[in-house]
Order: sequence, then structure tokens, then C-alpha cells
Amino acid sequence: MADTLLRFRDDAASTAPVVSLASLHDAGGNATAVRIEPGEDARLLLPLLDRLELVEVSFPAYTDGRGYSAARILREYGYAGELRAVGDVLVDQLSHYRRCGFDAFLPNQPITREAAEKAFATWPEVYQRTVDGRTPIWAARHG
Amino acid sequence: MPMYQYDTHDQAMVDARVAEFSDQVARRLAGTLSEEQFRPLRLKNGLYLQLHAYMLRVAIPYGTLNSRQMHMLGDIADKYDRGYGHFTTRQNIQYNWIKLEDTPAILADLASVGMHAIQTSGNCIRNTTADHFAGAAADEVADPRPYAELLRQWSTFHPEFDYLPRKFKVAIIGSDTDRAAMRLHDIGIQVVKNDAGETGLKVYVGGGMGRTPMIAPVIREFLPPLQMISYLEACLRVYNRYGRRDNKYKARIKILVHEIGADEYRRQVEEEFAHILTLGLEPPPAELERIKGFFADPAFDTQSADTIDRSDPDFALWVDQNVHAHKAPGHAIVTVSLKPAGGIPGDASADQIRLLADLARDYSFDELRVTHAQNIVLPHVRKADLYAIWQKLDAAGLANANLDLIGDIIACPGLDYCSLANARSIPVAQKISERFADPARQAEIGELKLKISGCINACGHHHAGHIGILGVDRKGTENYQLLLGGSEGADTSLGTIVGPGFSEDGIVDAVEKATQVYLDRREDGERFLDTYRRLGVAPFKEAIYG
Amino acid sequence: MSGERVKILTGNDLLTGDVTWWTGNGWSRHIADAAPVGDDATQIAQSEEADRKVVGAYVIDAQSDAEGLRPAHIKERIRALGPTVRLDLSLRPNDPAASAWIA
Repeated sequence: MADTLLRFRDDAASTAPVVSLASLHDAGGNATAVRIEPGEDARLLLPLLDRLELVEVSFPAYTDGRGYSAARILREYGYAGELRAVGDVLVDQLSHYRRCGFDAFLPNQPITREAAEKAFATWPEVYQRTVDGRTPIWAARHG
Repeated sequence: MPMYQYDTHDQAMVDARVAEFSDQVARRLAGTLSEEQFRPLRLKNGLYLQLHAYMLRVAIPYGTLNSRQMHMLGDIADKYDRGYGHFTTRQNIQYNWIKLEDTPAILADLASVGMHAIQTSGNCIRNTTADHFAGAAADEVADPRPYAELLRQWSTFHPEFDYLPRKFKVAIIGSDTDRAAMRLHDIGIQVVKNDAGETGLKVYVGGGMGRTPMIAPVIREFLPPLQMISYLEACLRVYNRYGRRDNKYKARIKILVHEIGADEYRRQVEEEFAHILTLGLEPPPAELERIKGFFADPAFDTQSADTIDRSDPDFALWVDQNVHAHKAPGHAIVTVSLKPAGGIPGDASADQIRLLADLARDYSFDELRVTHAQNIVLPHVRKADLYAIWQKLDAAGLANANLDLIGDIIACPGLDYCSLANARSIPVAQKISERFADPARQAEIGELKLKISGCINACGHHHAGHIGILGVDRKGTENYQLLLGGSEGADTSLGTIVGPGFSEDGIVDAVEKATQVYLDRREDGERFLDTYRRLGVAPFKEAIYG
Repeated sequence: MSGERVKILTGNDLLTGDVTWWTGNGWSRHIADAAPVGDDATQIAQSEEADRKVVGAYVIDAQSDAEGLRPAHIKERIRALGPTVRLDLSLRPNDPAASAWIA
């Protein structure tokens, strides 16, 4: 499955073992890669943001949108490491994932880099300010 | 023209959507998207697979449209459907006979007049609804449409809230009179003024109909308007994270608010809101002002005659029932009833749709509204033009003088069209409107809001009807339950089921018996609802089942 | 109700959305053309969906007698005919017996 990984970052991918949120706190404070499940509170990671290199957000079903909020919260609080959407990740959702702060994808079914780039370009403009740095339309209108 | 006009940014967004959906349809037809993968994508463009064909639901943001857009809706009905459309309880229009392969062309036609089908289905933020008399009503505190337009833009392709636990509906009003069933929405907003004369937003969260009807509690008494987007981000984020996803029947926000309590929900929202306010997500004051500029009053002819020649009795009857007070002297608000006796509530032919477009162009500053009661409003007409308008409506079968009377029935499409329905709604509406077809009899009964749903999802708002009818499937046969005492608006209440259900003919008789109890027992000035509230259910039950 | 109880396969045409019925070797808009299915129904539905001939195919109960096929449930009878409130748009637009067939 690892060969379906798509990264849109310049740094090298973390090689640290990915631990669960529950075991993150048991791991003696050393783990740098964690995976959170849809029902888990991303805010529990906030004290650890400086240490983390990789946060995987699990999407068992693409219709479960909790991971979008998890991602945005992490970015809003300054997380700068890799944010990876893992699981039932489909090309038609990629632009929204990107807007919520994901910069890496590990989909169950492979997505080509070309298709991903095309998906990111779906919206020529955006109505909302999120964590992706894009200028919202209201800002473009009013300078 | 007093309504919002797309600029190049808005146009680019709907054009991008047409391109995206065309690509998705092509992938589906080529087989690279399965139906399972395609279904949520088509739903986000309002494309359902119903009983007989695909159905396309087109958004009419806050129920407002211009004559060119209305004309296009008529043309689409002719070109791609079977010559008619159905106006819905969410101020939208649906076409019942759409071919999948035609949908990219339809969306392109819509985009050419600044319209779309974005987020008219799916578990996302749906089209915002509003008071259909906004900007025209004599009793208005502030026009809610600029806020509704701000919400439209904010909710369009919102990346975080695209896969909520369940659908999400926002309604906004700007009068004390609630004409939008605001407290029966996931979020209801009322534009208010405080004692200091400042404008604010009163925010209700957690209302809804469906299988667990609830009236939304107030979550924020007075929100500064320039924090609306940030506050709704907070409301939605709490819901997206903690709304139930284990059971689709418990996934609406009303269940979350009910289960954790309004106080706890409010606390969580305030906490999230405090954080979100630090992020600079709110459009600047200049953007709200820009939008408000589009909704400035048109050039009303305030010297126009303020009296109406009532010498034609049929016209006078229609004026009394279907014309409302306008804020500008010499003007009036016309509601065109799409409820002829024996007709299909909310249906209009392509020719009727185009006629309404022409009337808006010629007499109403180019503007129309769709009401949640499935009627059409010409919001700004001169009183001097009323007779000419009425004559043209009459010639097209659109001069039904029954607004808010028993013939003005709300009905969902029901089992004649809808794959979720358990029973037919329209034939029941037809039989009732025929039974009460005599205008004198309807006038004698007075205001009576009758609402019919063909299943528990309550698209026909049966919980909020003075008389509500719910169609159910009883061992493979259609069966109809009678509810009494529901209401939307400032005195929102939920109807209660009176007793065992009826056959199609039985429910029509039961409705007639209920109206007879009212006629026999009413006191001066009481509406059906008032009499019911004073007497309680017992005398009605006795008359119906005794 | 007399007649033989059978199972038939129905769905909607992918392109047009039309209601269609499995005839044994293809799909027809008319229920009169439907052929009874057996245990192979699921497999037919799967392969026809994979071929993009049909969407959401499923099996229903129907009665078969001298009059033809009549679905057991009213919902399927309405699907087979069209909206009862617009019989002019149904598959039997000029047939006064159409309403009775639904009820």
C-alpha cells in the first residue's frame, strides 16, 4: 500500500513508527508519528505539535468528514509537519482535503500525481479562508 | 434590479462546478466511477434517482430570482423535461424527468443565468432559505437577504463541512413574523435590533422536522452581524466533530443539541468561536456593504395610486386573499398560488413559469420569490397594476384566491415520484382541495394551513400544519394519519397525531369533520388553530372517531 | 389475488433513468416484457450494473396471471406505470383502467 503514497512536501518522509493516539502518551514521550481515528479528539495532540513529524488522519469511509475538522484544527494551532489522509481517500475529495491542510495522501486505491494536481486545481478561486493560504474571494474583492 | 448579481468571481465558481460535474458524469458513463462512488457526487449537484427517472433539484438561493432566471427555468422544463417543474418547500425547483447525459448541458444553461444545483442534496450545507417577503414586507426590521447571500458564498464548496453527519439547513428572517419556519431548521437566524438600535442576529440551533421533530432553542441572543461567519463555523465544527454518525436517524444537529443540552452545546460553540475569531475568517464590513448595495430598494413609484378598484368581485376576493401590505406607498406584494382546486401543489407548466417571469419583468422590478409554501411571489408591484396582473394570471389558471386557506395545501411529491415515500401525497391534496373548492366555503373557514407528507421525512411539513397529514405504509397499503395543532412561525408548535390512520377517502372525511368542529365551536376572531388550542384535541377526536 | 407468485428484476437505465425490467436477455421499459428470475438474479444484477446497463437493480415480488405481471407492492406498480397524478405522462396514457391497476 505504501506505493500509493502521494506527498506534496519537500522534506523527506518520516520513517518513525506510527503509533495510535492511545499509545502516544504511553510511548514515553518519544513518538513522532501518530495516527488518529475519526472519533478521536485532534486537540489532544496540541501540546505535542512541535515534536510531531507525521500525523495520519484515518478515513475508514470517505463519507465520514470528521477528519476534515481534525486537520484544520491541527493547522490552525500551528502544526507544520506532514498531515496525511489515509484510507478511503478519493480523487473527488482531494481539493477539499488540501484546503483543510492535508499535504500527503495514502489512498486505498492509487491516485496518480497528475490526477491529484488536477483535483487541486478544481476551484479557480475559493470563498473561504482556511489553512491553505489561498486568498478568499472576499479578500480579492476588497484588496 | 434589487437582487444580487454575480461578479466574475461568482461566475468562475459556478462555471468550475459545471466543468467538474461534466467530468464526473463522463467518468461514470465510462465506468471509471462506480454508482456507489458517483451517488454522493451527483447528490451534491441535486441529482437524485427517483421512481421514474433522475430528478434534478435546482437551487434558488433564499428563494429569490429574476425574470431571466425564471424564464430559463421554464425553458429547461421544455427542453430537458416534460414541460413542467415542481416548486418545493425549500424554495427550490425540481425537474422529474431528467436524463443523466443531459445534466452537464442543463447545469451549463443554469450557469449562463447565474444559477446552479450546488449542494441541493447530500450531507452538506444546503441552500439557505429566507422570508419570501424580504425587502418588501411592511413589518420588516432588516432585510435578511444580504446575510443569506453571505451565507451562500461561505457555504459554497466549504471544504470542512462537505461530509457532515447529515444534511444541514439554514433559514433566515428579518421580521417578527416568521414566514420561513425558521425555528424548524438546523440553524434559524433572525435579524433583530436591540434597545440601542444596533442590528444583531438571534441564532437558534437544533430545530427540524423529520422523524424527531424539534423546535430550535436560542443558542445566541445577539450576535454581531460581522461575526456571523465565524460563529457559524463554530456551530458547524462542533456538529461535524460530535454529531452522531452511528445512526442516520439520529444524525441531525437537533439530536446532538438535545442529547448534550442547549447549554452544553452553547458552551462548546463559544469555546470554538473564541478560537475561530483569532483566525480572520470573517469577510470584512466592506463585503457585507457591497452585498447590501445589491438589495437596495428599487425606484418605487411612491406617487402611484394607493387605492385599488375593487369593482370586479372575483378580483376583490383575490386581492383580499393573495395581496399583502408593502412597505412602500402605492405598492403591494402579490402571492401567486400554485394550488388550483384538484391540482398538484407546487407544479407549474413551462408556459406558466415563463408568464410569471414576464409579469416580474413588467410589473415587479424584475424580481420573483419562491415561498416554502410552494407559491410564487411578485414582491414589488404597483397597486395600480394589480388588476392587469390578475387578469393575466386568471387567463393562465394562476388566479387561485386561496392563499393560506384550506386549498393552499403544501404537499411533497409523495409516492407518485419519490423513492423514499410510503404513500401518495398529491392525490390526497387533490381530493381535499376539490372537496373544499367552493371559494365561499374556504373563506368561511379562514386561515388553515394543511400540510401533507408521504413519509416520515416530512418534506411536506406535516408536523407544522394546523392540520397535518402523514402517509404511512400499513402492510403494503397506503394509510394516512391525521395531526392537529402544528404551526410554523412565531408561535411554532408541533402537531399531535389524533388517532388511528385512515384510507385516502377516510382522511378527506376526517379533515372535513375537523373543520366542522371548528366552525361549530369557534369564538370571535379565532382561526382554526386558535380554536384547537383553546379546546384541545378531545372534541375533534370525538367528532372524527366518535 | 389469484395467479402465480414470481420474482422479477428491475432497476433504472443508467443514461436515461427510465424504469427498466429484465427480460431474460436485456432490459425493457415495459413490465409486460419482464421474465421471472431465480437464484441467478443477484448475479445478473451485478454483471448488468458492471456493464452500466442498469443502476440499482433489485428483485421484487409480482403476481403473474392471464392479465400479465402485477407487482405485489404499490410502489412498484407506480414505477411500472408512471405517476398516478399525471397519467398523461405514464406508459398507459389513454387507458382508463390504468388507475385501477395501481390501486
